[in-house]
Amino acid sequence: MSQTVTQPRNVSDTDTKLDVELRKVFKVFNGETAVRGIDLEIRQGEFFSILGPSGCGKTTTLRMIAGFEEPTGGEVLLRGKSMLNVPPYRRPVNTVFQSYALFGHMTVWDNIAFGLRLQNCHKSELQQRVREALQLVKMEGFARRYPAQLSGGQQQRVALARALVNRPTVVLLDEPLGALDLKLRKEMQMELSTLHRELGVTFVMVTHDQEEALSLSDRIAVMNGGRIEQIGSPSEIYEHPQTAFVADFIGDTNLFQGRVESSQQPHLQITTHHGLKLWVKPSSSWIESPSTEVVVSVRPEKIQVGSPAGDTPLNCCDGILKNVMYLGTHVHYVVELSSGETVTVMQPNRSRELPNLDSSVQVYWQAIDGLALPARSPEK
Amino acid sequence: MNIAPSAAKPSFSWQFVVTLLMYGFMYIPILILAFYSFNAERFSANWGGFSLRWYVSLLNDSRIQSALLDSLRVAFTAVAVSAVLGTMMAVGLAKYRFPGKGLYRGISYLPLIIPDIAIAVATLVFLVSIGLSLNIWTIIAAHIVFCLAYIAVVVSTRLTGLNPHLEEAALDLGATPLQAFMKVLLPELMPAIFSGCLLAFVLSMDDLLIASFTAGDGANTLPMEIFSRVKTGVKPDINALSVILILVSGFLAFLSEYIRFRSERRRFRQ
Repeated sequence: MSQTVTQPRNVSDTDTKLDVELRKVFKVFNGETAVRGIDLEIRQGEFFSILGPSGCGKTTTLRMIAGFEEPTGGEVLLRGKSMLNVPPYRRPVNTVFQSYALFGHMTVWDNIAFGLRLQNCHKSELQQRVREALQLVKMEGFARRYPAQLSGGQQQRVALARALVNRPTVVLLDEPLGALDLKLRKEMQMELSTLHRELGVTFVMVTHDQEEALSLSDRIAVMNGGRIEQIGSPSEIYEHPQTAFVADFIGDTNLFQGRVESSQQPHLQITTHHGLKLWVKPSSSWIESPSTEVVVSVRPEKIQVGSPAGDTPLNCCDGILKNVMYLGTHVHYVVELSSGETVTVMQPNRSRELPNLDSSVQVYWQAIDGLALPARSPEK
Repeated sequence: MNIAPSAAKPSFSWQFVVTLLMYGFMYIPILILAFYSFNAERFSANWGGFSLRWYVSLLNDSRIQSALLDSLRVAFTAVAVSAVLGTMMAVGLAKYRFPGKGLYRGISYLPLIIPDIAIAVATLVFLVSIGLSLNIWTIIAAHIVFCLAYIAVVVSTRLTGLNPHLEEAALDLGATPLQAFMKVLLPELMPAIFSGCLLAFVLSMDDLLIASFTAGDGANTLPMEIFSRVKTGVKPDINALSVILILVSGFLAFLSEYIRFRSERRRFRQ
């Protein structure tokens, strides 16, 4: 998990203006509900990501902001103005498409100038702005080329410049890096992040790549099945997932199905379906009463393998080491607990001797590292 | 040398012979026709030396020229109308969803597989039953039937290969739907429209059957004129005319393919 920490910008929650608001937005396609009542508030200047597996409704949500789809129910607002019946060409947003959708019969220059020409922008201003946009994406030398003469990464830059040159209120990015190979993707992630910081424009990005969302965004909305599961900063989403889906989708985790045994402060005792007793710190967002069905999530990197030094932590189980993967910086263990559950453990490589396969080991973690989550996503 | 490398093929394989026979079957009649168009003799059986007299006589043949003019008038008008309607049809079919779309699409392309004779008879019966007199405009109307379908097919093929988000991208950048169509979609479709037009033009110039059924007394297209002349035996000036027609339509077909090839290459060289 490589997570670049994004510097929080000076956005105070109290007097921030909202660029995009979605209020109880629904979208139904031929009887199939793609988006089920989404509420979203995207602040000015924010890098906001909508993250989810394919088919979760994230692209539909973006297309409703752009105006390509009209919501079946609910309302989309841009800068406080309702976008009901406002066509895409009258909305102050510009989109970077996953397939770039560059105009093949125009040069790079004409592609970028397209929007300005439609606004009847003055010639000298047009030239200056197109030149600036080309500079911004480092494509000055390619103005006379046609899109087909560019590589995927270069086309991506042109698509970005074509959107940014119009100085939109919001830039919508639909899986902008999806078509690039890994190395180029990393590069473009950096550049996107830099561009966003330099321009201060609101970016709304749709992605299924959790690493991309975590490393670029100020805030993330995790979507599943047409609903938003959780909205929060990357670290909130990662450290404090509110649902089992979020915990599982963002990063790797060990999930234990169980029910609440007793809830004496400060800890909660949970018995898994396999009979394992776990202690977790209750989360603040919901109250677990005895015999509630829960899912306990423990991140692999929070678990230790070996015998605990000092005080025995609350969660300490015996098990048998089933697999060891040496990953250079980390070592990945798979341990089968005596209760029958399997946990994966990720530890930094401290160049100690690795334990043998099929040997008995102990795994342990602090109660604070386990999270009790509702067994099913709350129905809205 | 007796020892040939094992990989070398014998110079006369049966595939080569079959290929040669096939091309011979296809093109020898045309070559013979071309050969006799330069014959100085009046009767094809004898070779009387090289001459361009039949080509010259074409230039002085006013019936041929007026027939050519009629043919060109029919072809240009039919293709121009079909280009507009065919493009609109292809775009509409690609873009909108409506009940019965599959049926509509099927019906639109049907003229491509309906035999010409059926179109000819049906058009004639229809025109007579509504009491329209037959003239050059009835030929044009009948030609639009198949030209339209042809152009629509070519444009549709190109449309399916086009990035579906192009129009959205234009709208997103501030273009009204009309501007998006004129500035983005139409230029992207232009090579296909043009190549469809060229092929429809060749088909229209070539048509004898539909034209002779729908022409009435007023009009006489080039294929009709040729056909009426060869009824009484092939004269060498018809040979010359045929050679010219083959060359011109061959060139147009080549041009159309070339344009399509070039635009495809530009699209897929990514």
